[in-house]
Amino acid sequence: MATAVQPVEQTNYLNADYGIKSWLLTTDHKRIAMLYLISISVFFWIGGLFAMLVRLELLTPAGDLMQADTYNKAFTMHGITMVFFFLIPSVPAVLGNFLVPLMIGAKDLAFPRINLLSWYIYVVAGCLWLYTIITGGVDTGWTFYTPLSTAFSNTHVITGALSVFIAGFSSIFTGLNFIVTIHRMRAPGMTWQRLPLFLWSNYAAAVIMVLGTPVLAITLLLVALERAFNIGVFNPALGGDPLLFQHLFWFYSHPAVYIMILPGMGVVSEIVACFSRKRVFGYNAVALASIGIAVLGFLVWAHHMFVAGISLYAALVFSLLSFFVAIPSAIKVFNWTATMYKGSIRFDTPMLYALGFIGLFTIGGLTGLFLACLGVDVHVHDTYFIIAHFHYIMVGGMVMAYMGGLHFWWPKISGKLYPEAWAKLSAMFVFFGFNLTFFPQFVLGYMGMPRRYQSYPPEFQVLNVLSTAGASVLAVGYVLPMIYFLWSLRYGQNAPPNPWNAAGLEWKAASPPPTFNFDVTPVVTWEAYNYDELDKPQEVPIAR
Amino acid sequence: MWSNLPLFPPAASKMAHQVDYLYFFLVGTTAFFTILIVAMVCFFAWRYRRKKNPVATQIEGSMALEMTWTLIPTAIAMFIFAWGAALYFAETRPPRNAMEVYAVGKQWMWKFQHQEGQREINVLHVPVDRDVRMIMTSQDVIHSFFVPAFRIKADVLPGRYTSTWFHATVPGTYHLFCSQYCGTQHSGMVGEVVVMEPAAYQQWAASGSDGSLASEGEKAFMQYGCSMCHRADYQGRGPNLVGLFGKPVLLDDGRTVIADESYLRESIIYPGAKIASGFKNIMPNFQGQISEEELISLVAYIKGLGTGQSNPPATMAEPTAVYPVGPQPEKSQATPSGK
Repeated sequence: MATAVQPVEQTNYLNADYGIKSWLLTTDHKRIAMLYLISISVFFWIGGLFAMLVRLELLTPAGDLMQADTYNKAFTMHGITMVFFFLIPSVPAVLGNFLVPLMIGAKDLAFPRINLLSWYIYVVAGCLWLYTIITGGVDTGWTFYTPLSTAFSNTHVITGALSVFIAGFSSIFTGLNFIVTIHRMRAPGMTWQRLPLFLWSNYAAAVIMVLGTPVLAITLLLVALERAFNIGVFNPALGGDPLLFQHLFWFYSHPAVYIMILPGMGVVSEIVACFSRKRVFGYNAVALASIGIAVLGFLVWAHHMFVAGISLYAALVFSLLSFFVAIPSAIKVFNWTATMYKGSIRFDTPMLYALGFIGLFTIGGLTGLFLACLGVDVHVHDTYFIIAHFHYIMVGGMVMAYMGGLHFWWPKISGKLYPEAWAKLSAMFVFFGFNLTFFPQFVLGYMGMPRRYQSYPPEFQVLNVLSTAGASVLAVGYVLPMIYFLWSLRYGQNAPPNPWNAAGLEWKAASPPPTFNFDVTPVVTWEAYNYDELDKPQEVPIAR
Repeated sequence: MWSNLPLFPPAASKMAHQVDYLYFFLVGTTAFFTILIVAMVCFFAWRYRRKKNPVATQIEGSMALEMTWTLIPTAIAMFIFAWGAALYFAETRPPRNAMEVYAVGKQWMWKFQHQEGQREINVLHVPVDRDVRMIMTSQDVIHSFFVPAFRIKADVLPGRYTSTWFHATVPGTYHLFCSQYCGTQHSGMVGEVVVMEPAAYQQWAASGSDGSLASEGEKAFMQYGCSMCHRADYQGRGPNLVGLFGKPVLLDDGRTVIADESYLRESIIYPGAKIASGFKNIMPNFQGQISEEELISLVAYIKGLGTGQSNPPATMAEPTAVYPVGPQPEKSQATPSGK
């Protein structure tokens, strides 16, 4: 492919050492990021497989493809795999791990060994989860609602809950590492006001990881204890309270939504700025919005319980707070849009994903208002409306951002360029496939189709067929990048240090970066996104 | 299958249209902002593409603009909040004098008990143009009572009563779904709500039942020996139950609770949870001894005592003028509950 004379290969983090041991015992944040990339990709495909099973079953109104129990396990294992083993680690553990030290001009994270430990904990959790799947799986839904999970399900609830419990520690460690690193290890001159927005949003997510995850851990431990030893915490037959479980579960699991989306927002800020060649419009507002989301995100959990039998006035308060948490997200969307104003915009693959994110996240965010709104939530709660809503946030938002980020930093990560035409094609597949899959589900939801239904009344079939068709298009969009990323590792052109001419310290390191990132600790004298300075020397416009 | 593709659920209750109006407003708001954002993104992408605009103009931000797009969405959000909250009050607070139907959810069926004594499974018959209040409990896991055509939903929990209500406006047959995942046959826990003309409903309710729900409760009240202690002459070892329902009850720890369905249920299952002031904790625990259906009939019977709907048992004398639960507590002067 590359006919140009290869430059003398420099030592970088990939070729610094060889052999399996050099990977499994590494403390290099970049290698750990790669370990995470491989392991979460495995779980992405497992979770995707379960999603395809669910969509195939829903092609017909009757529950005819599989047993009811199998179907229930399929959507449960889709949910648990995707949420706890893919989405939560995705951007922080892969892109964050790789980029946090590079972006602040540090040699590594503050606690490199804890960083490696967090991956091992993730692997242990992942193996326990795989064991759970192989030995028969779980059928409680990813939400583990009691007393179904503690007293009635006949599946492997304890190992399933324990695997999520263990995975939580890996995210606590990652969060801890990010917080300390961003506080203590910024290069001289890298003030908080000069921090790339990717770091602001990962910082906000890290705070949630550290404060929220222990609550989930305790909750799931109590589920396991109640199931194993019949201690009455959640089961009313034992004197417990099933709503207590829901309060505890959502106290973590609602902020967890922001663990998933905030880092994605950070990715989008970086990409929109780079491909518009502009400083992010209203940098301070976007940075503060991340913190605002992290704080308010802890105060809205009971909006998952408006029909669960909570008091009228509790519902009022949580509804009001849920509307407030929508505001910082709205600010971000408007600021990204305004960033493009008078920019000089290029449409490479990362930008396509970022633009897709803005559109889909807008729909996902606004449909969240339907659910925060008490009067309408009563009708759409636990229907396909809510499925559509959170997939617009999680897949339309977070996965789009993750894919955009992978493309954006792939030259830095691998030292290779990916094939642009294929990447653009796959971005189109993802965008159209996604909308075809999930938009019909909004309609289905308002019609009243409940979630987690294996069989359904025949009048819902057409919309379900559309959705399944969309899911297969979406699958193509996800398979393609895996193929061409792997292809580029071997056949791709060598990437220059800064192929996008992007701002940010990570682009000043070589591609791929050496093990300790920078030979000399950089001194920062510029604002984040100083695209005016970057573009100044080149009087001739970059033609493309 | 293309000939029959409904995109909107039928609207068959008073509440349905109210919810739809708010829904349309939300859809309009969503469409407006989505189109606004997408149009701006597309316009900027085209107008400031690199070929056309090779050099970007740096803009720091704009306080005025940012305040605008913070305050306007906040105002809209508050408007939606207030509208939604008003609707929720209407959805969750049943009107007085609503007809009551009891429901028990279990894996994986719905059992309904009518005041007139009719029992049915997975089919709920109700009259049109009447407020109907559902009083619901589960005998195993959490279920949820969802009738899309009425736009109402309420979770059905084990160990307590929850309620919802509707006012059907169009006779017909509508889907009833369990919308809270409840195990293997969750999607089989479906049924129908049959809304009937009042005359047809009366005919249906009168046919084939042997005695009202309260009369069944009366039998249970005797069978379990409740009448031994719960006498109406204030001489019993337990509180007098005549006229109790809906009134405040002073507890021995000084709290006051309203004697609603949940209180009655709890006081049968776990009598020690809330002891009426002046009485001892001597009633046996009925947890696991009594089915949810029997409990419902007992609750219905106790509710009817003193209203003329239930007959006081033989040992119960005529109720006295002022209602106290036991030896006269100071401030439990009977006031109609405002719940």
